[in-house]
Amino acid sequence: MEQVPLLHVLILSTTIFFLGMYGFFARRNMLMILMSIELILNSVNINFLAFNHYLYPHQLEGLFFSMFIITVAAGEVAVAIAIIINLYRRFNTVDIEDTNTMKY
Amino acid sequence: MNVELSLLILLFLPLVSFLFLSLNGKRLSPALAGMIGIASLSVVTVLSLITAYGYFFEYGSVADVYQKLEPIKYEWLRFNENLSIDLGVLLDPISVVMLVVISFISTMVHIYSWNYMHGEERFQMYYAYLSLFTFSMLGLVVAVNMFQMYIFWELVGVSSFLLIGFYYTKQSAIAAAKKAFIVTRFADLGFLVGILLMSNGAQTLDFGVLIERLSVPSSPFTIAMSTGATFMGMSALAWGLILVFIGGAGKSAMFPLHIWLPDAMEGPTPVSALIHAATMVVAGVFLVARLFPIFAISAPDALEVVAYVGAFTALFAAVIATTQTDIKRVLAYSTISQIAYMMFSLGVAGWGEGHNEGYTASIFHLFTHAFFKALLFLGAGAVIHAVHSNEMADMGGLRKKLPITHYTFLIACLAIAGVPFFSGFYSKEAILSAAFHDNKLIYGVALFTSGLTAFYMFRLYFRIFWYKEAKADHGHGHDNHESHTWAMNIPLILLAIAAFGAGYIPFGHFVSADRSQVELPFHLELAIPPVAVGLIGILIAYMFFVKENVKALNVQQSFGAFYKWAYNKFYIDEIYLFVTKKVLFNLVGRPAAWFDRTIVNGMINGSASITAFSSESIKKIQSGNVQTYALYFLGGVLVVTSLLIYYFQ
Amino acid sequence: MNILTVLLFIPLVTVLSILFVRNDRAIKWMAFGGSSVQLLFSIWLTGHYMSLRSAGETAPMLFQSSVAWFEPLNIYFRTGIDGISLSMILLTALVVVAGVLVSWKIEKQVKEFFFLILLLSTGAYGFFITTDLFALFFFLELAVIPKYLLIGVWGSGKKDYSAMKLALMLMFGSALVFLGITALYFLGGHTWNILEIANLHLPIEVQRVAYVLLFTGFGVFTAMFPFHTWAPDGHSSAPTAASMFLAGISMKLGGYGALRVASWLLPDAAHELSWIFIILASIAIIYGAFATLMQTDLKYMNAYSSVSHCGFVVLGISMLTKAAILGAIMQMVSHGVMTALFFAAIGMIYDRAHTRQAKELGGMLKQTPFIGTAFIIAGLCSLGLPGFSGFVSEMTIFIGSWERIGAGYRIATVLAAASIVVTAVYILRAIGFAIWGTITNKEYLGLKDASWNERLAVVMLVAGIVLIGFAPFLLTRLVGADVDIIFASLVK
Repeated sequence: MEQVPLLHVLILSTTIFFLGMYGFFARRNMLMILMSIELILNSVNINFLAFNHYLYPHQLEGLFFSMFIITVAAGEVAVAIAIIINLYRRFNTVDIEDTNTMKY
Repeated sequence: MNVELSLLILLFLPLVSFLFLSLNGKRLSPALAGMIGIASLSVVTVLSLITAYGYFFEYGSVADVYQKLEPIKYEWLRFNENLSIDLGVLLDPISVVMLVVISFISTMVHIYSWNYMHGEERFQMYYAYLSLFTFSMLGLVVAVNMFQMYIFWELVGVSSFLLIGFYYTKQSAIAAAKKAFIVTRFADLGFLVGILLMSNGAQTLDFGVLIERLSVPSSPFTIAMSTGATFMGMSALAWGLILVFIGGAGKSAMFPLHIWLPDAMEGPTPVSALIHAATMVVAGVFLVARLFPIFAISAPDALEVVAYVGAFTALFAAVIATTQTDIKRVLAYSTISQIAYMMFSLGVAGWGEGHNEGYTASIFHLFTHAFFKALLFLGAGAVIHAVHSNEMADMGGLRKKLPITHYTFLIACLAIAGVPFFSGFYSKEAILSAAFHDNKLIYGVALFTSGLTAFYMFRLYFRIFWYKEAKADHGHGHDNHESHTWAMNIPLILLAIAAFGAGYIPFGHFVSADRSQVELPFHLELAIPPVAVGLIGILIAYMFFVKENVKALNVQQSFGAFYKWAYNKFYIDEIYLFVTKKVLFNLVGRPAAWFDRTIVNGMINGSASITAFSSESIKKIQSGNVQTYALYFLGGVLVVTSLLIYYFQ
Repeated sequence: MNILTVLLFIPLVTVLSILFVRNDRAIKWMAFGGSSVQLLFSIWLTGHYMSLRSAGETAPMLFQSSVAWFEPLNIYFRTGIDGISLSMILLTALVVVAGVLVSWKIEKQVKEFFFLILLLSTGAYGFFITTDLFALFFFLELAVIPKYLLIGVWGSGKKDYSAMKLALMLMFGSALVFLGITALYFLGGHTWNILEIANLHLPIEVQRVAYVLLFTGFGVFTAMFPFHTWAPDGHSSAPTAASMFLAGISMKLGGYGALRVASWLLPDAAHELSWIFIILASIAIIYGAFATLMQTDLKYMNAYSSVSHCGFVVLGISMLTKAAILGAIMQMVSHGVMTALFFAAIGMIYDRAHTRQAKELGGMLKQTPFIGTAFIIAGLCSLGLPGFSGFVSEMTIFIGSWERIGAGYRIATVLAAASIVVTAVYILRAIGFAIWGTITNKEYLGLKDASWNERLAVVMLVAGIVLIGFAPFLLTRLVGADVDIIFASLVK
């Protein structure tokens, strides 16, 4: 079976990464921003797996790291959602531009 | 009793009495406080007479020259190897004469005040201040060291301040006290800088060493100070002496620093008699006399300044005295004029045989003047005590009501006018003959002034005791007899005796510039003009004021503007007020305060505002918008990354 | 244990035990007791010191000790005193006792007030006994912080502004000091020990930088022109005791530092650059005096006059002659006691009449003779009347300054001397308006004269200025040898 070339995978992960970046900077809904962060993390996961698979097929570090990231991401999502819910209770909105009281 | 011990008691008894009276204050009864003051001063007088007798007749002279003795001398504060303040007692003819004068007059005033100040609220403090003054004045005249003199100089200044301000609830008294202190303080600045200049030049503060080093023309100190840098054509030495003289001029109320003395009459009258007539105000004369060898030998140009300032002041003050209507002010201007006599008498004196007559004459006049001027003030005090007013308009015809005051006052007037056989005649004659030999211009001024003196003194006398009867409805209901008692009469009588007899002392035997014993020459031909002028003055006063008439008014009007000028003291006070209030306060003080609040403080506040402003402008970055932060973060990462790539490529 | 640590120990124990006491009265008595014990101990220490000296001790500092504090940077807590620091310790002890006594009427947060006051004094004691530059800086800072709180909490008027200004300006000064001492450490011999640095011959470039930094830094503390503006605002807002401490102790920290650290350790730069500070001091003296003339608030008046008087200290130190330095030390002691007395008297008047405007007062001598007399005595001392301490110290400075040859120095001296005339004017004006005269305000007729504690404080301070005024040789004997040492390093 013909393997998908590494470059294609990297293009995919880069695309996902920048989609995430775009979402992170441009979206105003906090949940969307959170999803964008997930996208960024997942693009990193893809990178790890791809490099592991193509360059060092006999090692497992890449797999381990992506497992780490998934776990941490789960925790992070839990905390983030908690924050967002609290903010929602306080401001009645999940629009990030309306919750800008943490300043000077 | 040995000399050191008696001198220590003499000096410290008044201090002890001051401390005792001021610390115990109201706990003492007034009578007890007065008694303590009088008793301690009587002891001081006896001791100073003993000292004078001992000095002049027993141990003072060696081969007919009086020695400078320093029986007591302690180092008090050492500045460096050469300069130190020593406290001690210097006995020489002038200091011994001053001891006698001060203690005697002070005792008289203490006794007199017993009655005069009776019933005053702060009677005890009054006696305490008098004791403080006496202590300071005694310390001043026996000073062994320039700084000792300066110390006591300031102390007499402050005692004078406290006594002028004795009625401290009265605004005019407060103003007068402040004025007296500040004007003399200003003059003392000159004294202080003079001390610095001279002590630096001679490398000593000790009077004995100083005079030794600076009065020998060949000594290295004299040469160093009189050559070298000059300022306005005068050497450092001359400037040093002139600065010291400015200090003396302030205390002795020489023109233009005389303005405080007439106002100082706000103090109780006995105080005026003691401080502002007989003792403190002659301190300037004493100071110049103390440094006389340096003046006469090393800096005759400085001595000339003394002579002209003195002569001008004598005339100037006499002119004002003729126009004043407050009797204490007349006496005050007369005091200024008489002290100026002493001053120019020193100024016209020189060094060496035949020239130093002026020195003896000056101290002689100081001596006689102390008695008759104190008597005049105490007499005026008795008059004021009786009529409760200082103004001539409230007086007249008092000779029957106050017989003792009348006769003693008359004796004093005769003495000050220079009528023969009274003390003032002898001393004034000596001064005039000294002036005649040295400087005809000053002689002329002095002669004219002595006529004026006779005129204004007898104007005062006739106006108080003759003229027309004053209206008795003065509100106080003063019963027409001498309300005062022995305590006021005894000093008057004793002083009258002294005012008459002091002239018969052969003064030249005791005091002369080189401390040898000389005969003060009496020049009959020179005695005639002043006596004649004096008699004319008295005659004019008699014509004008023995009865109520319009002659004086006519003359006054014929002088016109000049009279008005003199009456307003030539507007010197106004000039001072202008300079202090307008110039110093508004042009220096106010801008300084403004500068401080606005510029200096503004700079401090400004740096604070700049900090605040810049933080205000950058705080906008912290918008609270998380996405913006992330963008900055991204930008930062990009910049750092590109830099790293650029450098490590 | 070193005998000098007792000087820190007594106030520290007092401070800590105050924290555990509830009763306000007890706190006051404890503060009074602690500070009195400290005063007695300082007097005993002075006697002990003098007896050691007369027994032939010639070391520049006695009672030396050293405890490692942070060895990697050579920071030790070194102690050692000479006559100059002893005179400052005596001054501090006296002013602290008097300050505690006049604060007897404090009712707001008594515990905190006395805690801070004694903490401040601890800082001052530490500053005077240490011979380690870093410890010196530590104690200097320790003496700043309590002032901020004292003014901010117990002050009056625009106290927030004043407290902030004072704290910031003094912090600025200590920042300069810190720069200076680190420069000495890193560019010099890698030591903080003053006695060692004194024997080093630092290169002139290092000296120049360090001298300007240190002198300016300490100058801020002595309210040197143009860094004096904290003084008027700070003094006028501070509670009485804090004003006394500020002017009586705090400004002396600067003078002492400028002498001990800036001039002694950096003699070459001192000779080269002292003219800068002579100019600034002359300006401070004469301009401070004229600015005082226009003040109507008594506390502002005394604060500006302190600027003028502390100018004498800076002048004396920077004239670099033996008599001038001696005079500067005497002036520090004298001004410390005198200004404490002045602020105490003003505070007592303010407590009663609730105004400090000279023209609204009047007749105080009649109504409250004791306070009035205290004010007059402080005033007479301030204008340099013989018999009080101000005279001897100012005259010593004048004599010393005149010794320095040069027209500029002479002019500076004459200007300084001229200021005593202006001083007389403003002091007498204040006395004339506030103390003499008749009572203008009917409310003042009920005012009570000083209470026992105020009387005690005034008597102690007056005794101090009279003692120095009458027996200046006591002070010159105490500090004379040390001035010689400093002077010797300056002419070297």
